[in-house]
Amino acid sequence: MANGIRLLVGTRKGAWIFRGDAARKSWDVQGPIMLGHIINHVVCDPRDGKTLMMAAKTGHLGPTIFRSTDHGATWKEAEKPPAFLKSDAPNARAVSHTFWVEPGHASEPDVWWAGTSPPGLFRSADGGVTWENVAGFNEHPRYWDWCPPDGGTPDGALLNQIQIDPRDKSHMYIATSTGGVFESTDYAANWAPLNKNVAATFFPDPYPEYGQDAHYIAVHPQMPDRIYQQNHCGIYRLDRPGDRWERIGDNMPKAIGDIGFTIVAHPRDADTAWVFPMDGTEVWPRTSPGGKPAVYRTRDAGATWERQDKGFPQEQAWFTVKRQAFCADAETPLGLYLGATNGQVWMSDDEGAHWRRIAEHLPEIYSLAAAPA
Amino acid sequence: MISVVIPSQLRSYTGGAVRVEVAGATIDAALDALDARFPGIKFRVIDEQGAIRPHMRIFANGAMARRIDLPLKDGDELFIAGALSGG
Repeated sequence: MANGIRLLVGTRKGAWIFRGDAARKSWDVQGPIMLGHIINHVVCDPRDGKTLMMAAKTGHLGPTIFRSTDHGATWKEAEKPPAFLKSDAPNARAVSHTFWVEPGHASEPDVWWAGTSPPGLFRSADGGVTWENVAGFNEHPRYWDWCPPDGGTPDGALLNQIQIDPRDKSHMYIATSTGGVFESTDYAANWAPLNKNVAATFFPDPYPEYGQDAHYIAVHPQMPDRIYQQNHCGIYRLDRPGDRWERIGDNMPKAIGDIGFTIVAHPRDADTAWVFPMDGTEVWPRTSPGGKPAVYRTRDAGATWERQDKGFPQEQAWFTVKRQAFCADAETPLGLYLGATNGQVWMSDDEGAHWRRIAEHLPEIYSLAAAPA
Repeated sequence: MISVVIPSQLRSYTGGAVRVEVAGATIDAALDALDARFPGIKFRVIDEQGAIRPHMRIFANGAMARRIDLPLKDGDELFIAGALSGG
């Protein structure tokens, strides 16, 4: 058991850090940090345990990155935040906001990666002080096919996630809202779509090579050949070296469906994962189905799912959980945490069997990350 | 010198200063000079393509500027504002 857990909470109006005791029963709060800033993501660097990276902007001001190297006590702004190359082209891009920050491979302690809206991939080699355009994706000859200027979410098209194979720093995956999942085997120099058998029911061809909306992917840390995906159009699993995703969401209860924003893999059991379904019927309310929040767990890689809702409101609760707002710690039994759109933080210290609220009245929660205290 | 009026959203960069004097023959040059003194401030207002960000406004001697290559002369005032937006 660690000395406790830190929960890093990014919201539409700032960031907060919650510190739980070793039993994960008592939680103290630090914050707000950067009150009024839109914090799409704030994470802790697992390579040193003390560096925090935060993607921020405000309703008025342009995007930036804040860094802390002392557990969040003090923060410095990046000297050169992610920015596209200067261009005179009519479709020249400007970063609206950074959506995802990802610590680099364990072998590269100062490297970080960032994903933005419009979709862009950026790299820092100095611990997040300066960020460089990654031409292998941003200037890829097929970029505008994969990331059309009129595509995207209500907040703009996204490169919403970056995952690195723990066995090989050159092997990377990214998730986008306009092209689905892409893979690189040469340290981001080149990319190829990885979306076979993933639905995009909003196109005439429902199974295109690219064009899917990959809400979230989870590369299993101990078994990196297994990838779970919560897509706009269902829950999927891919076992490499295969390239054909299997829709494991077909095994969810039909009344619930398999629409959601996020999926969490058990760090020590590649067959176990959790989702937080949302209503994707008719006009896509994106609320807890029926106003009854629940997570669903599989323990057999998606063949079957079980409902876990003890502790959640049993009716008239309409929140949902966004892409990077559902996470696990590394404790035994595993702790699960979710940040809701209504500003509540919920946790389970028994792998989802029971849930309790540990914070409320925060702004809309965009991200949640757990780290040892 | 150009007198730049700093909005509340950007005063964390200027140590709380509301009005800052800089040199510059264009809006762009004045903002560069501002950024040299307060690193990072320009990018919060101007994007990497040189455009004024959608919810920011710059007024040169009271007239709203839509480009940053407009000339300035000694004694001019730049007024930076966060537009009425958000929620």
